[in-house]
Amino acid sequence: MQVDEPVLLPRLSRVAVCGGTHGNELSGVYLVREMLKTEKRKEDGEPASVLMVLSNPRAMQQCSRYVDTDLNRCFTHATLNGPVSEGAPYEIFRARELNALLGPKGSRAAVDLICDLHNTTANMGLSFIAYSDCDWICLHIFRYLQMPDTPMRFIHFDVSTKESYSLDSIGKHGFAMEIGPQPHGCVKSNIYTAMKEGVQHMQDWVRCFNSGCVFDGGPVDVFTMVKNLDYPRDGETRSITAAIHPRLQDRDFCLLHPGEPLFQAFSGETIKYKGNEPLYAFFINECAYYEKGIALSLARKKRVTVPSIRVQTDEEERASEQSFASEEEE
Amino acid sequence: MSNGSSNNNNTARFDAARRVAIFGGTHGNEMSGVTLVNLWMQNSAEIQRKGLEIKPFLTNPKAVEKCVRYVDTDLNRAFTQENLSATGGDELPYEVQRAQEINRMFGPKGSAEAYDVIFDLHNTTSNMGCTLILESSKDAFNLQMMNYIKKAFAPASCLVLLNEHPLLKYSTSRSVAKHPVGMEVGPQPQGVLRSNIFEAMRVILKHALDFISLFNEGMEFPPCTVEVFRVLERMDYPRDANGNIIAMVHPNLQDCDWEPLNPGDPMFQTFDGKSIHYQGSSTVYPTFINEAAYYEKQQAFVTTRRETLAASAIGKA
Repeated sequence: MQVDEPVLLPRLSRVAVCGGTHGNELSGVYLVREMLKTEKRKEDGEPASVLMVLSNPRAMQQCSRYVDTDLNRCFTHATLNGPVSEGAPYEIFRARELNALLGPKGSRAAVDLICDLHNTTANMGLSFIAYSDCDWICLHIFRYLQMPDTPMRFIHFDVSTKESYSLDSIGKHGFAMEIGPQPHGCVKSNIYTAMKEGVQHMQDWVRCFNSGCVFDGGPVDVFTMVKNLDYPRDGETRSITAAIHPRLQDRDFCLLHPGEPLFQAFSGETIKYKGNEPLYAFFINECAYYEKGIALSLARKKRVTVPSIRVQTDEEERASEQSFASEEEE
Repeated sequence: MSNGSSNNNNTARFDAARRVAIFGGTHGNEMSGVTLVNLWMQNSAEIQRKGLEIKPFLTNPKAVEKCVRYVDTDLNRAFTQENLSATGGDELPYEVQRAQEINRMFGPKGSAEAYDVIFDLHNTTSNMGCTLILESSKDAFNLQMMNYIKKAFAPASCLVLLNEHPLLKYSTSRSVAKHPVGMEVGPQPQGVLRSNIFEAMRVILKHALDFISLFNEGMEFPPCTVEVFRVLERMDYPRDANGNIIAMVHPNLQDCDWEPLNPGDPMFQTFDGKSIHYQGSSTVYPTFINEAAYYEKQQAFVTTRRETLAASAIGKA
């Protein structure tokens, strides 16, 4: 006899895989291009409809992160729905196009799941980045994906639905799949292969889920973002005056204790972490974050217990709607 | 012109090298050079040597400001005779204007007034470690300098790449000097500053300046041999009929700069997982493997062969 019943969740009929949201993060660009070439419907189980999208074609064409402004910050409700002038940044218009294609954000028509592909210059292995620490779909996909040669972590940005700004927030469920280290403008075969396997496993999971598999629950370690630290900068010019300390460089997800080395000034001096509590460092030395004033991000780690889940059948959906309706009548 | 001129003991004589420049930001997103030059423009104490004028200089300030490789065209390919003598002023591409300005300040290229030595600081996404780039196998002064640097840097490795290939050689910003020296340190992503890469470049430069200082003070350097890697050919990515890349550097080759690539060894891996093998007739030593900036230059890597160059003794004229 089962001790706890699985949580029932609606089927994932429409799934989108997006690459090139940042035009110089090439694993996702090449992977989506490749998938577009070899697109075929899967035969077993109910076919999930998978949309492949190249999010920022103009940035891809010039092999830059963005043309006018970071596309992956353009998906707040305010930016998607507010007034826009003709001279507005290209990415604002593109965000609205993507919202029409994959959303609208917050509506019943939005796709069920978005997986947005990214690369980072930080040594982060394969990281899921999501706005929720209790989206069981994303957490189960993460559990299912565990690949022997690739370190994997689940990162939670505690941002409300109202404030959520990234492409994956358009879908009913969504996450970014961030893989590094890879220089921007470059594709490294091991990174590409890890991303390809990750996306394949995710599609396998969705197919299994939709066909009625029960996925057993269990623990998942979640890193919740607490704060960002900037580089030390010159008071006048704002140029950086130190680099990530060699003892911290490439050590993403290490536990950084107060007093440990953080930066090495060009003068040779060691600058130490002065926070109150030990925190986990990640996004250590991400190229694109210099201009955002971020040298590294810091997180707390906690263990989340994920319940077992199963897809809700049509009958169960009808039954729950009926009981909801009769509750309302009372 | 300070060619070496031999005396009876076959020591090549050169004038003292009084004017030296350190170029950073020739590619605006190669951060070690940008950072070092900015640092030294503010405070040059670290690079000062007696009797030597050392000028740190940002060659491509607009590219540095935007943190891109170049604005209109690659500055490090722009120092052709055609560009240097082009008319058109403001109408010319930004980097061509810059090349003309740099040629005025530090050249003219090929003349007696040109700077004695220019160090041009670069980073690469390739796993090349510390590499010195030589443009001529006959420059005894440069060969002796590189020999000195390699020995001073040991046991850490500093290799020498020789690009004397008539077709693949290009007109670099440093080529305005009598003795041009390229310094390439990797791997480092574009736009990123890694502490270990930065410090390595700093140390190599220190050794280079020490050499010049010793030479100017009258030290004589006995004949030596220098192992170099001579550029042979450029290998492009496999592409489809539309020119799109269809394969990546193979995982067995990725990060294996300077290691032997034998005929039949895996070289590329297609996006659907098939291996493409090296079809050459002999073993080569690849480098510049997977340099991000070279995708648009149709270069996945260059092949080299190992050679030992002999350098005559040198001393001050």
